[in-house]
Amino acid sequence: MALAGPSTMAMAIMKARLKGAQKGHSLLKKKADALTMRFRMILKKIIETKVLMGDVMKEAAFSLAEAKFTSGDFNHMVLQNVNKAQLKVRSKKDNVAGVMLPIFEHYQDGSDSYELTGLSRGGQQIDRLKKNYAKAIELLVELASLQTSFVTLDEVIKITNRRVNAIEHVIIPRIERTLSYITSELDEREREEFYRLKKIQEKKKKMRAEEDKIKQALKEKGQFEEPANLLEDQYDKDLLFTD
Amino acid sequence: MAHSAQKGKLIAVIGDEDTCTGFLLGGVGELNKKREPNFLVVDKNTSRHDIEEAFRGFIKRDDIAIVLINQNIAEEIRYAIDSHNDPLPAVLEIPSKDAPYDASKDSILRRAKGMFSAEDFR
Repeated sequence: MALAGPSTMAMAIMKARLKGAQKGHSLLKKKADALTMRFRMILKKIIETKVLMGDVMKEAAFSLAEAKFTSGDFNHMVLQNVNKAQLKVRSKKDNVAGVMLPIFEHYQDGSDSYELTGLSRGGQQIDRLKKNYAKAIELLVELASLQTSFVTLDEVIKITNRRVNAIEHVIIPRIERTLSYITSELDEREREEFYRLKKIQEKKKKMRAEEDKIKQALKEKGQFEEPANLLEDQYDKDLLFTD
Repeated sequence: MAHSAQKGKLIAVIGDEDTCTGFLLGGVGELNKKREPNFLVVDKNTSRHDIEEAFRGFIKRDDIAIVLINQNIAEEIRYAIDSHNDPLPAVLEIPSKDAPYDASKDSILRRAKGMFSAEDFR
């Protein structure tokens, strides 16, 4: 672009680019605003859920103690009998202003491998324990998707803000400087042209004055004949009525 | 990615014995084909190195979407958790039985703190 030199054409191109940059800036700013709004919403939800999680986990831990009290220590049995996960998570995508946010969803898969735990005693407590932990997991999965969105959005907002600032503080000023350079150069050229025209006019005037002076001198001597024709100095001879 | 998104992902747990037992009863435990569990029971004999190794192993596995870790254990390997910046898998700090939850230590909430005013935290 710089190679083109200052011309009205280059100026038109630059102006179009400035307009494009301004449009892009406003669009990016809107995107950043939308993302920030979502971000704040998610943050608020995270804080709420974290507080709620404390309660749920406390309840879950308490029911574990209860179950242990009734059916003895079953930790080892549970820890050794791991086979296939029954609770899994699936991720979906949510689109916010062109940013893909993962949303986790938990689902049951397969049968409970601890069906027989606490068969002899404390079955009810263990049942409640399972339910409480399932509830905790549900909450934690929700929290995990919020947190993942949080991290993703944080990153994207940073990038968007960086772009907005780059356009605002680097690209637009650069185009504006180029535009002002082109304008000043074109003005300079116009002044040059104007000056040249003036100079020519002056010179012509001077020549005319000199000619007039000569004519005046000739008239005083009575030798000057007024030209009959605007275009010619010589007197036209009559072609028909010659005497 | 598209394939693994279809398949259900796992929840990994790093915690004390009771926390692990609870979540396993909830049904998150799985042994993969190499008979590696997706949980780690941390007791007072578990070294910090082992915890960190397990944590790094979990975040490297692509079948794990969420890593749950007790906050007092997370405190031990805080640097490893802070250096984990990717959105997936999500690392969640949970309160353990004998240590209450302290929001000011949470990696995510600490990150959030700089951006918002105090009233958002009530």
